Amino acid sequence: MSTYPEHFLYTKEHEWVNAAGDIATVGITHHAQHELGDIVYVDLPKIGTHVEQGKTLGSVESVKAVSDIYSPLTGEVTEINETLASAPEKLNEDPHGEAWLVKIRMSAADEIKKLLSAADYQTYVGAES
Amino acid sequence: MRYLPKSDSERQEMLAACGIATAEELYAHLPAEAKLNRELNLAPGISEYEIIDFFQARADDTAQGYASFLGAGVYRHYRPVLCDTIVSRGEFLTSYTPYQAEIAQGTLTAIFEFQTMICQLTGMDVANASMYDGSTAVPEAAMMAVRVTGRAKVLVSRVVHPEYREVLTTYARHQGMPVEEFGYHAETGQLDLEDLEAKLDRETAAVIIQSPNFFGIIENVRAAADLAHKHGALLIFVFAEAASLGILAPPTDADIVAGELQSFAISPSFGGPYAGIIAAKEKFLRQLPGRLVSQSVDTNGNRAFCLTLSTREQHIRREKATSNICTNQALIALMATVYMTVYGKEGLRELAAQNLSKAHYLSSKIKPRFTGPFFNEFVADAPGPPEDVNQKLLGKKIIGGLALNRFYPELGNATLLCATEMSRRANMDIVAEAYVQ
Amino acid sequence: MIRKVRPHIVQNEALLFEESSPGKSGYQLPTLDVPSVDPHLALGSGNVRDEIEGFPEVSEVEAIRHFTRLSTWNYAIDLGLYPLGSCTMKYNPRVNELVARLEGLAWAHPYQPESLSQGAMQVIADLESALLEITGMDAITLQPAAGAHGELTGILLVRAYLESQGNPRKRILVPDSAHGTNPATASMAGYSVQNIKSNEKGMMDVEQLAGLLERDDAHDIAALMVTNPSTLGIFEEDIAKVAGILHAKGAMLYMDGANMNALVGLTRPGDFGVDVMHLNLHKTFSTPHGGGGPGSGPVAIKKHLEPFLPVPVLKKVSGAWHFDYDRPQSIGRVRAFYGNFGVLVRALAYILAHGGPGLRNATVDALMNANYIRRKLEPHYDLPYSSPSMHEVVFSDDRQSAHGVKTGDLAKRLIDYGFHPYTVSFPTIVHGAIMIEPTETESKRELDLFIDAMISIAKEIDTDPKSVLQAPYSTRTTRVDEVMAARRPIVRWKPDRSSSQAAD
Repeated sequence: MSTYPEHFLYTKEHEWVNAAGDIATVGITHHAQHELGDIVYVDLPKIGTHVEQGKTLGSVESVKAVSDIYSPLTGEVTEINETLASAPEKLNEDPHGEAWLVKIRMSAADEIKKLLSAADYQTYVGAES
Repeated sequence: MRYLPKSDSERQEMLAACGIATAEELYAHLPAEAKLNRELNLAPGISEYEIIDFFQARADDTAQGYASFLGAGVYRHYRPVLCDTIVSRGEFLTSYTPYQAEIAQGTLTAIFEFQTMICQLTGMDVANASMYDGSTAVPEAAMMAVRVTGRAKVLVSRVVHPEYREVLTTYARHQGMPVEEFGYHAETGQLDLEDLEAKLDRETAAVIIQSPNFFGIIENVRAAADLAHKHGALLIFVFAEAASLGILAPPTDADIVAGELQSFAISPSFGGPYAGIIAAKEKFLRQLPGRLVSQSVDTNGNRAFCLTLSTREQHIRREKATSNICTNQALIALMATVYMTVYGKEGLRELAAQNLSKAHYLSSKIKPRFTGPFFNEFVADAPGPPEDVNQKLLGKKIIGGLALNRFYPELGNATLLCATEMSRRANMDIVAEAYVQ
Repeated sequence: MIRKVRPHIVQNEALLFEESSPGKSGYQLPTLDVPSVDPHLALGSGNVRDEIEGFPEVSEVEAIRHFTRLSTWNYAIDLGLYPLGSCTMKYNPRVNELVARLEGLAWAHPYQPESLSQGAMQVIADLESALLEITGMDAITLQPAAGAHGELTGILLVRAYLESQGNPRKRILVPDSAHGTNPATASMAGYSVQNIKSNEKGMMDVEQLAGLLERDDAHDIAALMVTNPSTLGIFEEDIAKVAGILHAKGAMLYMDGANMNALVGLTRPGDFGVDVMHLNLHKTFSTPHGGGGPGSGPVAIKKHLEPFLPVPVLKKVSGAWHFDYDRPQSIGRVRAFYGNFGVLVRALAYILAHGGPGLRNATVDALMNANYIRRKLEPHYDLPYSSPSMHEVVFSDDRQSAHGVKTGDLAKRLIDYGFHPYTVSFPTIVHGAIMIEPTETESKRELDLFIDAMISIAKEIDTDPKSVLQAPYSTRTTRVDEVMAARRPIVRWKPDRSSSQAAD
């Protein structure tokens, strides 16, 4: 049983958001990495890419499947986690910490309000499984 | 029937086990309007002896026992006996695609060796397990370059094999990939660098050149690569005569190599099956189409091989796949692998050197039309219409060179002559004589 | 109880590069009968390569041992059944190998004079005519190199026809049970893909389809790509109706012919409304899989698509065969030359061996074998669709996964019993799919061994599921780490890389 950090917000597509000022760090949740199994590759957008809430920003691959990652927010990608290129397994090991995916400069900050709290997300995945 | 291993009594047993009385009940559920209510209008089955007879008659109606000076993308090279010995083994011939690694290590190991040898030959870092042939490897390489650069257009040299260019056009038409050609120098027979430069722009994803080119001439690959790279485009190097890699400098300046391996123990077989390859620099690994074999370990830590990066492929990525390719040319690639093994490091070089010497003997007697350096093929003007000189040669049981006006009308009576290690001096003398008039 | 196999020692073998030694060789070239030319002079020094670093240097003996040892690590049809669904792994008749190697056919150059190629061209004509009779279509091209290549060609023909009618349209419909090449192909031909659901019978949802064709944007639909029987082995009973619905809106019906082994001699796609289809000669027509190819993917069409066929087209002129390039509406070439001729020879030999009634008998045996397996395994495996099976049957792993064993693990355990696995997890509309196609060239004895193995495994899973989870146990190599291969792929040998343990 893993805890979902209280100060994060979550989406039904199993992404997490950690907002500080107008920069949001984004990743996938423990539930997501568990469902995907051993992750072998992460495809991230280039820095400067404009992303939109609900649209794909990249993908995560296991040996036999590819899953799209949906952007929880609209904005511009300011940073990407380069370490995942050589060590995609980090996404299985530490999805909420070391294996963050991208940082986005939010352009529509009130999109945050539509996201789920840790408690709500916990209930959601509890119901899903 | 000898391929149906069931006796009538066994069939009865099986029908009984299925709870049905007659075999017809197995397909009784087909819609009435779909049922074929007659036998197929094909002659009854024949014996093995008759099958051989049938095809022998076809073979007899096709040139046999002729010397040939045709090249143009399909080359006559001696096929070591070992190649057929190995590919005729049932474990290779009748095995499936190696998706189940534990019972396909034979195929996987051979493909890993194949991938390695292609890299060694071409100077690239990574290579796939084969494409259908050289002609389809070209558009696949172009599509790769488009994915990598995010640009749309490709430039292709007019002295890339004409049929390869036709295939590229067919594929490109529906990919939103404009294809433009650049010319060649009438004197050297090499690609025209000025024309290339004039056509290069920010929209060019790749420049596609072939060396030796269709005229047999060796290109200045570095110059073409430098130009392409200067404009942010990739250089795709194409080869149709694999034997040339035994002696010619590998295209290390290229980003992607697309080629044809027919020269390596693959019978000309009236046009196929052959085996193409795509090889590339390391950074393009994930954009390669087709199957890839990787080294790994099993649960006991022993070295073992498996297919990898399957997420590029159709069975997983479906409409977003790097290509739709599924079945490729594994057995043909195996033939080439055995060939490369039999000749080996020294053998491929000596083979290439012999080809060079044979063709240059011929060119010492028939003046080449172009001044550029060549490997085992060159262009020479026939003394009159090529059909005439070729007709004369047929009378001596020699198939002459390819008349080039079908692809390059501006070249008039030019013919493309190829001499390999199988070409005999006596026959070359006859050809030379026919060209003198 | 495992009856089909017993452990046996198998030779180890290293990689060629690891066995090489400078100066060893497996060849000898004849003495040159012309003066030797200095490459540096003839080519220019800049054009001459250094040695091919790392390339093998082994003797003929080592070469033959190397590849022979490797071959013994493979399973093959010559060793036993491949129950792979939709692959049609049938016997590869050996006489086909002989005839493909006859000198006149094997050494024919595609550019040699037509007058000297009449025999080879007759082979092409003979195969074309046989395949047209089998499919009930009007015209055919043998140019494509494999099924996926044929699919692309077929869809390009659809596009060319629609363009000639004024609008190429935008979408292609694909059933959710389709093979991955179908949507991949549609994309390559510049179309977007829309999925059609399957219904509880395991057939296409014709109502959903009809609905899509009623909408305002129905004229965006270029074609439906259907496999018949479907990848569930079930005949699409409404196929003629589906063809009618599509044709009414000017759309076409494309049939993926991968499952043709269920139809030959019993029914013909041309008769139930198909406009364009491809065949897989390496499936239905017995040409060898060879570890992954070569194949051949002929495309058969109805008359209206004929002007668009790839060039060249074979035709008779003054009593002789001739390649016709004067085809202004052609889609162009899809590959150089005329097709995988060597494969065409083998397919024609197969057809000649069976003959008309023989081909139908083969199909009936294929249906019998599949249904026999279905009957015998039904008590032990969950059968998601009760519709009649044709040449293949799809079970699900529902009963077994309740014990924690999924189709992939089950398949691996089958290896210990001496068989190649069935098709795992496809079609994706069946949860934990177990897709089985025996083909007609399996004896009752082989089928019984397979059935016994599957029943035995089902019992193992009932009583001690953990015991099968790490299968196979008796193969030379146990499960290979595919995760590592995907994370850190090593796609070539390098001299500096330390190789693993000695056991190779």
